[in-house]
Amino acid sequence: MTVTAVSFDEVTERYEPVIGLETHVELGTKTKMWCGCATGFGAEPNTQVCPVCLGLPGSLPVVNASAVEATIRIGLALNCSIATWCRFARKNYFYPDMPKNYQISQYDEPICTDGYLDVEVDGETVRIEIERVHMEEDTGKTLHVGGSTGRIHGATHSLVDYNRAGIPLVEIVTKPITGTGARAPQVARAYVTALRDVIRGLDVSDVRMEQGSMRCDVNTSLSPSGSGVWGTRTETKNVNSLRSVERAVRSEMIRQAGVLDAGGKITQETRHFHEDTGETTSGRSKEEATDYRYFPEPDLVPIAPDPAWVEELRQTLPEPPALRRKRIQQAWGVSDHDWASVVNAGAVELIEATIAAGASPESARKWWMGELARRANETGTELEALPITPSQVAGVQALVDAGRINDKLARQVLDGVLAGEGSPEEVVVARGLEVVSDTGALGAAVDEAIAANPDVAEKIRSGKVAAAGALVGAVMKATKGQADAKTVRELIIQKLS
Amino acid sequence: MAVPDSGDDLTRLTATETAAKIASGDVSAVEVANAHLDRIRAVDGDVHAFLTVDEDGAIACAESVDDKRANGEPLSPLAGVPLALKDVVVTRGLQTTSGSKILEGWIPPYDATITRKMREAGVVILGKVNMDEFAMGSSTENSAFGASRNPWDLTRTPGGSSGGSSAAVAAFEAPIAIGTDTGGSIRQPAAVTGLVGHKPTYGGVSRYGLIAFSSSLDQAGPFGRTVLDTALLHEVIAGHDPMDSTSLDVPVPPVVAAAREGAHGDLAGLTVGVVKELGGEGYEPGVEAACRAAYAKLEEMGAKVVEVSCPHFGYALAAYYLIAPSEASSNLARFDAVRYGLRVGDDGVRGLEEVMSLTREAGFGAEVKRRIMIGTYALSSGYYDAYYGQAQKVRTLISRDFAAAFETCDVLVSPTTPTVAFKLGERVDDPMAMYASDLCTLPAPLAGLPAISVPAGLAAAPGGGPELPVGLQIMAPALADDRCYRVAAAVEAALGVLADKAPLLEGAK
Repeated sequence: MTVTAVSFDEVTERYEPVIGLETHVELGTKTKMWCGCATGFGAEPNTQVCPVCLGLPGSLPVVNASAVEATIRIGLALNCSIATWCRFARKNYFYPDMPKNYQISQYDEPICTDGYLDVEVDGETVRIEIERVHMEEDTGKTLHVGGSTGRIHGATHSLVDYNRAGIPLVEIVTKPITGTGARAPQVARAYVTALRDVIRGLDVSDVRMEQGSMRCDVNTSLSPSGSGVWGTRTETKNVNSLRSVERAVRSEMIRQAGVLDAGGKITQETRHFHEDTGETTSGRSKEEATDYRYFPEPDLVPIAPDPAWVEELRQTLPEPPALRRKRIQQAWGVSDHDWASVVNAGAVELIEATIAAGASPESARKWWMGELARRANETGTELEALPITPSQVAGVQALVDAGRINDKLARQVLDGVLAGEGSPEEVVVARGLEVVSDTGALGAAVDEAIAANPDVAEKIRSGKVAAAGALVGAVMKATKGQADAKTVRELIIQKLS
Repeated sequence: MAVPDSGDDLTRLTATETAAKIASGDVSAVEVANAHLDRIRAVDGDVHAFLTVDEDGAIACAESVDDKRANGEPLSPLAGVPLALKDVVVTRGLQTTSGSKILEGWIPPYDATITRKMREAGVVILGKVNMDEFAMGSSTENSAFGASRNPWDLTRTPGGSSGGSSAAVAAFEAPIAIGTDTGGSIRQPAAVTGLVGHKPTYGGVSRYGLIAFSSSLDQAGPFGRTVLDTALLHEVIAGHDPMDSTSLDVPVPPVVAAAREGAHGDLAGLTVGVVKELGGEGYEPGVEAACRAAYAKLEEMGAKVVEVSCPHFGYALAAYYLIAPSEASSNLARFDAVRYGLRVGDDGVRGLEEVMSLTREAGFGAEVKRRIMIGTYALSSGYYDAYYGQAQKVRTLISRDFAAAFETCDVLVSPTTPTVAFKLGERVDDPMAMYASDLCTLPAPLAGLPAISVPAGLAAAPGGGPELPVGLQIMAPALADDRCYRVAAAVEAALGVLADKAPLLEGAK
């Protein structure tokens, strides 16, 4: 079958996309879902394991109460109903990274149902309806060795790390999202972004897509415009960044339209997204997929959260990110565009704390998004991982405001603080960075500059005051930036008038 | 080290007597252990109860009991008493196979909760005993390591699946044993070997470290030659375990006190219900006669004996053979050659799925495969409601039958098995006949209730040979395990301890 190449605009002229998102979030609990093993990321393979998470014969799971609490809080933040009684179920299929060859999950009795999350796209609010939020366990990680693709095909052997096996996982499933038209890719991205912010605000997961603590499967189908008949959907996996969410929807819409335009049929299947090409390729076909043979997990007792406790949890929910954003944006006077970069840099809390420590919103944002963001970038770390605290940043700004240092010196003060030389005050003293505004001390430097630049001096004498800038520069250079520029300028004009 | 002359005597003692002799210093725990190890060497060639004998571990444990005594430390009630442990219970450092080739050679890195409790109580684990593969069977003929034999008649089965446990205790290789019961796997072997065997209330004993067959039914429980010995072991293993979510956080029923009280033979005020549906066609006349005689004894001791009807018990077999295989099909999925146990066909060329398939093909026996297939089918989409779903409804109806019966009765009774021990080989080719061995024992686990089997005398063996033991089953409401022991102790007081009449076997003298 020949597939017609179609542009995205053409797709949305003829088809209406229906999308759905299944998002997995690894909870940041100290211990695993069914046992006391640690959950830290990056440990040596198979060092955070025990008979339970290795699924050894005879071992049994016990539910992690913190994971249940975190899931309920997610459900509440997504405006879901919380079940008064629910159960776990076994999802049976064979895979070597799943030690029991079944995953303990929830099936027809999820803990949270029927919620929604409002997201903003192009200044317009889109309500994404949430079908369910349920608890399950993560699998181990398989590394296929010897093949060219890193996939099991062609590999000579595989290595399995069970450290991740049994880490609590929450799956958040949307209802089908319709009526978004050409904005479907943006809506998908906006939803995942908003979901990430909600969960981050709850402090129940670090929601890092690049580390896999938040993973997204994107369902896409096309319906001929006006037909009201939904097409066959595909499920795209391996979507590992917010940008990829948007690209995956877009590319799958284009691909499906091409197949349909050529008179072909969409196969219900799992597809893999490729970051490099931005395209999806066929994975396992759903028709030959396993029958999971779900049944209630007999090793666990049902969970019946006390409604009074659920209400208590509701009272402790943080301010919803959308409201918080509106409040902060207003207070800081930040445009939508600038806000996005602040969020992406993970700087919201840092800036807030810096303001709380006495800096103005403008200056707090300037340091974190400018100088400090650059340094974080250079060293490949997160802003919050830099060895400087918001109150230290506020301290630097206070020195600037007091006229004791200028912006250029402030950068050196930041260097010192980041190098562990102490507080901003201590760095200023130790490095001798204070601005020199003593006219006596500066007089000599000004005289030298005048002597060295007779032409410029002449211009100034003849009234071209603007030329003073060149002399100021010379003085600043001579004093290694430590002179107060304003004082130098006044001195020059005074001497030459 | 063998102890001349005293060996035979020590193996004839009850657990209670043995513990008393050790506590008083009449005999050392090491002497007791050696006497039983000698007995195993003498008779286990015939009986084939043991899959693994742990001489070193047993002697080390016995020595630590002797040391404790020498230091004046308090000893628990079964300290120094030898025990046979069903090979479905994991033991750190000691091979655990669940009767299957697929686990041959597996050395668990951890102890089951009940293993730990027994070690802490100073119970001397002599070794691991035979069973039907993954506890699926009623004769031990499904063991990958050969069948065990009934000491009363070596051509017959000691029952199953805990047939190694029953054979070991009936052959005086150990005074007590641990078995597990899913559909009758403690009570049926106890019945056909003249022993006492109890299936506790579901959740009464931790399942942590029991290789799962059917998670919603499996319970570990004690075997003994006397009711008191059985109760003492029950108290060692019972109690809440935070590692098992289905374990009940309630006090252990006072089973030892009940066994002592029942031995007085006074059952005044007790109403006993004889379950009408557990009798009649398919039940051997000798078995029914022995049970009727036992009911008469109950009346003599002051109990009121009435007939009750449990109309849904007839569906128990069908429901059981959907629920247990369904859970088993999932529980046994983990045996895939990846992390432990057998691996077949891993030649560097064959792929993962092929190695998994070859391993499971070679590692599982026919009955296990049959049940995995039945269970896989019953859970399949499109069939779930008709099979697994329907079976769960039957389970509810059986529970209601029990609840209704317990409104008027304190305990329910029936034969434990429809027949005396059958001949080895007699039912291996007829799964339905084999399944029928469990007709009377299935309802209690489906409802999660406690039930005990206590000897009710001997009956003629169809096909000739010596007379064989008959078991009487006593069922009680959840957590009323003590009632089972009380009535069983009364029966034992009236009829005598049957196990003492078991043949001594060649080599015992």
